[in-house]
Amino acid sequence: MTMKLPIYLDYSATCPVDPRVAAKMAEQLTMEGNFGNPASRSHLYGWKAEEAVENARRQVAELINADPREIVWTSGATESDNLGIKGAAHFYQGRGKHIITSKIEHKAVLDTCRQLEREGFEVTYLNPGKDGLVTPQQLEEALREDTILVSLMHVNNEIGVINDIAAIGELCRSRKVIFHVDAAQSAGKLAIDLQEMKVDLMSFSAHKIYGPKGIGALYVRRKPRVRLEAQMHGGGHERGMRSGTLPTHQIVGMGEAFRIAKEEMAEESTRLVALRNRFWDLIKDMEEVHINGSAEQRIPGNLNVSFAFVEGESLIMSLRDLAISSGSACTSASLEPSYVLRALGVNDELAHSSLRFSFGRFTSEQDVDTAAAAVRKAVEKLRELSPLWDMYKDGVDLNKIEWAAH
Amino acid sequence: MAYSDKVIDHYEHPRNVGRMDDKSDNVGTGMVGAPACGDVMRLQIQVSDEGVIEDAKFKTYGCGSAIASSSLLTEWVKGKTIDEAEQIKNTAIAEELALPPVKIHCSVLAEDAIKAAVRNIREKRGESVEAGDTQESAAG
Repeated sequence: MTMKLPIYLDYSATCPVDPRVAAKMAEQLTMEGNFGNPASRSHLYGWKAEEAVENARRQVAELINADPREIVWTSGATESDNLGIKGAAHFYQGRGKHIITSKIEHKAVLDTCRQLEREGFEVTYLNPGKDGLVTPQQLEEALREDTILVSLMHVNNEIGVINDIAAIGELCRSRKVIFHVDAAQSAGKLAIDLQEMKVDLMSFSAHKIYGPKGIGALYVRRKPRVRLEAQMHGGGHERGMRSGTLPTHQIVGMGEAFRIAKEEMAEESTRLVALRNRFWDLIKDMEEVHINGSAEQRIPGNLNVSFAFVEGESLIMSLRDLAISSGSACTSASLEPSYVLRALGVNDELAHSSLRFSFGRFTSEQDVDTAAAAVRKAVEKLRELSPLWDMYKDGVDLNKIEWAAH
Repeated sequence: MAYSDKVIDHYEHPRNVGRMDDKSDNVGTGMVGAPACGDVMRLQIQVSDEGVIEDAKFKTYGCGSAIASSSLLTEWVKGKTIDEAEQIKNTAIAEELALPPVKIHCSVLAEDAIKAAVRNIREKRGESVEAGDTQESAAG
């Protein structure tokens, strides 16, 4: 089989739609298909569309062991984060105006918190440890009488590390604080049991697990009941929490993607761990190559690596046959090093030298071998070009040099 | 980001990569930039007693545009006198490589590098170095 170039190793940014998902979606569009408005109550077209939507709602709920009535459709995890955080903050502001999150959240959470600050809320941004994790102890120290909401990600999008949201949930529940979790990077990759985990609000995205872009969901707990103030008005869809005509094809796609994930997650995780380890084994003997974030508490498909003394953008330029990212896709248009790596205490130089490899359903062993060989060659070439590499080889401590910042 | 063909050519086939003995009397070294900012250039020139640049070498840690800017610079300075080399402007480099606005700082760094290398050889030869003869870079 000939390989398709560039080799796609950016599954944390987005995934191709699984062909089984695409087939189901295609059935919801045309005159011959299930095109009706799920909100139409007066004819068969509407009823059939509603049935498809409710079937998908059940499929999503089943992956995370929730009640289908706890699933609210949104346009994606960004909207889910906005609705969960702003919705809860606005509804519960009578109890207090303090919110806790972390410095390495996705921008959908950080920018939403910044907006709430402008509205008069106070936000504490926890600094994760070197491993990228926020501990329950850290959170406990930050909790206050007027804290109403905690928002932490399950899995970080850049470095793939896994927060202990079960333990953090216990703490939040005991202090009667609403707990929101962004699970865009964990759903379908890690077991999530919302009967067990004391999470009140959870954000999901379809396109991170082989579903379509433009659709997501927010889990809103029923027992004990969590209330939200709607952010989108117009028709009272989704029990008043999110108005707007439901996109049947997108929803059916998300449902099918979540169904497949539930069925294949265990097997897929084993395969992805093997691929990731294979890749790491092929590059780890190079000098000054560092994994960013915890090596153990990490999802199967992610590897974030710094190659000291070479700069990330030029590394990507010489890896034209690989589709990878330097930092996260959302910030890679800027020249700033990753704010996530900075928060971990990774120095700027190593942060500039980092690449994120994320493997997925359609990655083969051959892809991994080709990628590892290409990475080795590129790093060696760029180190030959790098004055910093010369200095390192001469035993010069780069931290002791006074560089003229420019 | 789309790179121009010239940037890609210099990036893939960088000219004059290497290092010279920076202790040698006829070698001037200019090292500019900072790892934290994502680019460091080391430009070295071998200068005859008459002040003509006989050879130039570089090594650069940085993006493709930074590597291309320094590679191009080594081609340009060879055969020039140090007085002429000092006059090279970043805008000429940026124009030649068709650098986009976000990459102009790479050409500024290259200009800083040749100025620093010339200053270094002048200092070694006991020539007075005029204060303020280098343009301060505005890029950050």
